[in-house]
Amino acid sequence: MTRRDLLAYLPGATLLLFLTPVAAGLIGTWLPAFGYFPTLGGHSFTLEPWVMLFDHPGLRESLRLTLVSGLLATVISFSLTVFFLAACHGGRITLAIRGLMAPLLAVPHAAMALGLAFLIAPSGWLVRLVSPWATGWDLPPDVATVQDPNALALTLGLVMKELPFLLLMTLAALEHSRAEERLAIARSLGYGPVMAWLKTVLPAVYRRIRLPVYAVLAYSLSVVDMALILAPLSPPPLAVQVLRWFNDPDLTMRFVAAAGAVLQLLLVVGAIALWRLGEILVARLGRLWIAGGRRGGKGRVLRAATTALVQLLVAMAAAGLLAMALWSVTRRWRYPDALPSVFSTDIWARQGHDLLWITGTTLISGLAAAFIAVALVLGCLENEKRRGLTISTRALWLLYVPLLVPQVAFLFGSQVLSIQIGIDGTWVALVWSHLLFVLPYVFLSLADHYRALDERYSRTALCLGASPNRVFWRVKLPMLLRPVLFAAAVGFAVSVTQYLPTLFAGAGRFVTLTTEAVSLSAGGDRRVMGVFAFLQAALPLIAFAAALALPRRLARTRILREQRA
Amino acid sequence: MTVISVTKDYGLALRQVDLAHGGGRFLGPLSLTVAPGEVVTVMGPSGCGKSSLLAFVCGTLDPALTGSGRILLNGEELASRPPEERRIGILFQDDLLFPHLSVAGNLAFGLPPEIRDRKARRARIEEALAEADMSAFYDRDPETLSGGQRARIALLRTLLSEPCALLLDEPFAKLDVALRARFRSFVFEHARAQSLPTLLVTHDPADAADAGGPVLEIDAGGQVMARRTAHLG
Repeated sequence: MTRRDLLAYLPGATLLLFLTPVAAGLIGTWLPAFGYFPTLGGHSFTLEPWVMLFDHPGLRESLRLTLVSGLLATVISFSLTVFFLAACHGGRITLAIRGLMAPLLAVPHAAMALGLAFLIAPSGWLVRLVSPWATGWDLPPDVATVQDPNALALTLGLVMKELPFLLLMTLAALEHSRAEERLAIARSLGYGPVMAWLKTVLPAVYRRIRLPVYAVLAYSLSVVDMALILAPLSPPPLAVQVLRWFNDPDLTMRFVAAAGAVLQLLLVVGAIALWRLGEILVARLGRLWIAGGRRGGKGRVLRAATTALVQLLVAMAAAGLLAMALWSVTRRWRYPDALPSVFSTDIWARQGHDLLWITGTTLISGLAAAFIAVALVLGCLENEKRRGLTISTRALWLLYVPLLVPQVAFLFGSQVLSIQIGIDGTWVALVWSHLLFVLPYVFLSLADHYRALDERYSRTALCLGASPNRVFWRVKLPMLLRPVLFAAAVGFAVSVTQYLPTLFAGAGRFVTLTTEAVSLSAGGDRRVMGVFAFLQAALPLIAFAAALALPRRLARTRILREQRA
Repeated sequence: MTVISVTKDYGLALRQVDLAHGGGRFLGPLSLTVAPGEVVTVMGPSGCGKSSLLAFVCGTLDPALTGSGRILLNGEELASRPPEERRIGILFQDDLLFPHLSVAGNLAFGLPPEIRDRKARRARIEEALAEADMSAFYDRDPETLSGGQRARIALLRTLLSEPCALLLDEPFAKLDVALRARFRSFVFEHARAQSLPTLLVTHDPADAADAGGPVLEIDAGGQVMARRTAHLG
């Protein structure tokens, strides 16, 4: 009885575990933004931080960069997802792309950004491949292709990272939308394939991908690690500027930083509200458009165009990763050679000690966060099955809050909280801060599978005399082994990606592959960057490969075990 | 069916059972008694709540639904007990063999833990398989069995758990016609041999005829329309 009661408290406890740092973080950021921060002598409320913020000479440019890159990246990745799927639904290319998207999704943002930089920089691989024989450039061209004044490189990097996410989320949503039936009916009424998809499938699918789209919007507007690598730095996009103010040796700048963090939050909230308005408008116009009855053509041009674009993005991502791998084993690669002239593994050996420590930290925090997240999510879902939908189960959507609130907008405040309870800079704070972002994704990837498991299996097992706990361990968990391991890999990958949480919660005491790769990008040696970025990209991929391979091995040993039973 | 003082009687008895969804009753009130070795059939159109009735009896009713009324098994009140303590076996339309366990693993899952000795457990499983002419299937993956074989294993799994009553939720519906009659007699024979009170829900009149016991017909509104006794004495 007591055990079952414990389970009943789990959803509430999980929510508390997650909302406390976010809520405390927001309060701990809003108060200093209005001048209240006793530790630094701010005892009364004032608008001084806001005056200083708006007087900052680079603010207007920072805002412009943030808005251009954030909105453009979201609109491009969303449109490309929709039109690609509309034009290629059910085709072989969709299957192929789906297979390629999963590993791309696993690649951390920072590694993707570094790969892109290795590729498109003036002295990058692309220019080297065509120089000097085609271009005549004996020296790298003097054009800012990375950290360009309009943050287009950042936009491109964001699209490369967000497209796989949106594509996979939409493909998953399609499975629950009876798309084939809708398409069959529309096609039999004379609609072309693209029109049929846009007019009958998209309205059903969009409801299911709204949250991921908002998450993409929020993320793109507040990204820090990719911006540090790809965006201009003077002035930088808002989120990076806020981080700089938080790290400013002049402690009074913390007040300005807090105001900037609040501004960042308002920016995201405003953008989501704007997007929501756009949704309503498009839905209105869309209904008229659908009622118009235009059948549309075969959509060949759209298919060719979107396929080419998606393939180009995948190829660039892959080439970027390859470039990192190449640089990591290079001794000499002079411009404009297409390939390194001397290979060596020196760099790996020279970084050996650091590599071990940093990889170890990354592994421990990733595995711990993934394990705790999977356990909590399983507990919440199991409770939901046993008890039906209760208030605390219904409130679980609040778990997605950390995906919508910009990290810079609350992590500073959360750090204040962790200092107060004495866990600042400890493993607990580090793993907890990662969990905030790991758990929503684990929930997202596991919930559908768990809810779709045929309820009659557990009923049968109960009627055979097995207790609910035995049913969970012996029936449900083994049957869901694949999705559970996959969710754990997702959680691990998300943890590896975390940059800001590691900086803030770790209080600078923890270095992960991500923080190291980003800090090296500020100027260091491309070969060393290559080592860390390559390893950073490789770890999540290994985790996914293991999640796919492990169930097969277990299946083999299982049979042996039962023969003995 | 007889009017009885339930506390003394052996068998499965339902008294004034009501099933409701958000306050609205969709089945009941329903009372019936199933004597040991007897098969009572509940017939009705799909969606009238037959499956929910069985779920209520074995304690696995969807939390969104509410059930009231008394369930008595051999004179003991069941309603407040969790499903795993009711000792009521159930078979569904699908065999629901656990795909991650072998045939023997599935059967061992049903076997009560009181049989501790590993050899004794194995012997018990082998005995059951032999009795169903399926000795060769001990280590097989359920995936590799035919529909009829899977259905028989599902029944053996339930019987090995030593239930005191058996619930059948249209377990014959998905089998093809020739197989259906064979498996049906296989189930009824075993139920009778072990003197299990058996409650069958179906919409196939042939199932009811073969069961040979009393039949309750329920209409789409969940009301009992008719009670017939298929065979007397």
